[in-house]
Amino acid sequence: MTRWAMVADLRRCVGCQTCTASCRQANATPPGVQWRRVLDMEVGEYPAVKRVFVPVGCMHCEDPPCMHVCPSTATKKRADGIVTIDYDLCIGCSYCAVACPYQARYKTDRASFAYGKPTAAEAQGFDPKRLAVATKCTFCVERIDAGMAKGLTPGVDPEATPACVNACIAQALSFGDSDDPHSNVSQLLTENQTFRMHEELGTGPGFHYIWDKKEEA
Amino acid sequence: MKDNFGPKPWHQSNWDFRAALNFIFGGAGAGLLVVAAFSGLAGDALRAEIVLGMALIGAGLISVWFEIGRPLRAINVGFNPFTSWMTRESFAAGAVFALGLSAAWLGNPALAQAAALAALVFAYCQGRMLRAAKGIPAWRVPALAWLNFTTALTEGAGLFVALATLFDTPARGVLAYFSLALIARGLAWSIYRGNVVKSAARPALAALERAGKILIQFGTIAPLALLLVGLFAAEIARIAVLLAGVAALATGWQFKFVLITRAAYNQGFALPHLPVRGTR
Repeated sequence: MTRWAMVADLRRCVGCQTCTASCRQANATPPGVQWRRVLDMEVGEYPAVKRVFVPVGCMHCEDPPCMHVCPSTATKKRADGIVTIDYDLCIGCSYCAVACPYQARYKTDRASFAYGKPTAAEAQGFDPKRLAVATKCTFCVERIDAGMAKGLTPGVDPEATPACVNACIAQALSFGDSDDPHSNVSQLLTENQTFRMHEELGTGPGFHYIWDKKEEA
Repeated sequence: MKDNFGPKPWHQSNWDFRAALNFIFGGAGAGLLVVAAFSGLAGDALRAEIVLGMALIGAGLISVWFEIGRPLRAINVGFNPFTSWMTRESFAAGAVFALGLSAAWLGNPALAQAAALAALVFAYCQGRMLRAAKGIPAWRVPALAWLNFTTALTEGAGLFVALATLFDTPARGVLAYFSLALIARGLAWSIYRGNVVKSAARPALAALERAGKILIQFGTIAPLALLLVGLFAAEIARIAVLLAGVAALATGWQFKFVLITRAAYNQGFALPHLPVRGTR
């Protein structure tokens, strides 16, 4: 089986937001909608203050609460773990948004553009189907599917890899098949200490955070 | 306990007062159908109560219909009965309307009781809907389903006895049921409160605490006291019961309004570990 997963190395992320910008460009999301965003946290008190940058978005959960609550079956999970939304089925009730513990879902009722009128890129990417329905990170599923159809490997070949991962200047984001023990993400998960956000809720996120290397035996 | 790092939870902005009205009107309407169907009413009185109960449920559903992004696709709400409590709620509402309209048309008490059973399912589904919202700690507490259910019964009973006092003093059996519902709601609140403190954010707890205090003082103790007064002072019994009913209804509504629009703080983000950079 394949289980697409993302790994964010918190030691490497510098909070440059390039992943956010690249996601917005690739997916033509409107202003205020960031399928991939980076939290900028300040922890501690002077003089022991730390800054931590945490990429967040849809965690493509193993057991997605958004899918269970969706009354229209618009939200589905593919066999490879990617959680999708069928914009033609979604009624925009936002039940998925309150069920998601990761604040990953957005609903935009009206078309909006960065400078009022759409730029050429915004006009090209604008999709009226996405208005008044739930939207979220798709792991750039179209790129994955198109790339795999060409025999490429997601996470290795940029053409088959999510835009945010390609754009990351610090190689803090990695993408791959966590069910394949030889994949890049499996290696990272084996070699490092990781956690998943809100693990206690039992959602089984497909997004892992590296915080330290593994202790040497 | 391990420290967690991350931004504080903030209030969800997806469901507003329109969603709250679905729980407010839906619960009271369902509760009213239940008490009306099993109170021994018949004829036009039964018809009127059934129609009012359905009107309340309908008002709640119309209110939430104004909130959804694609109202013309509302029929899609029925596509996921396998896991979605919203779909199940819609099915239960359909059953309430089908049976309730038949009961009102035919004036048949048995059909009214069947509609009341569907209304019970509807009220239960509403509680489970909230419980399934994993992103909102104040909602996902299992005890909330029972609090929502008992407040629906209490609000319905409160509305029923308040309306009944316009014509006569309600029957002892109905008042006993109302008293039991009040006590059950008070207990459900205390169980919910004991559980929600473990997970909800501080501002959510503050809002719930205020609403809960009103629910207990003005929505439980005061109505029970008024019912007792009515029991022993026949001359003011009707006004006492009327006030008790209104208090039970109003406090239940204010609690649900607060629950949806003031206490619905999200999970926030939390890091169990901070990144270790550089040398250790």
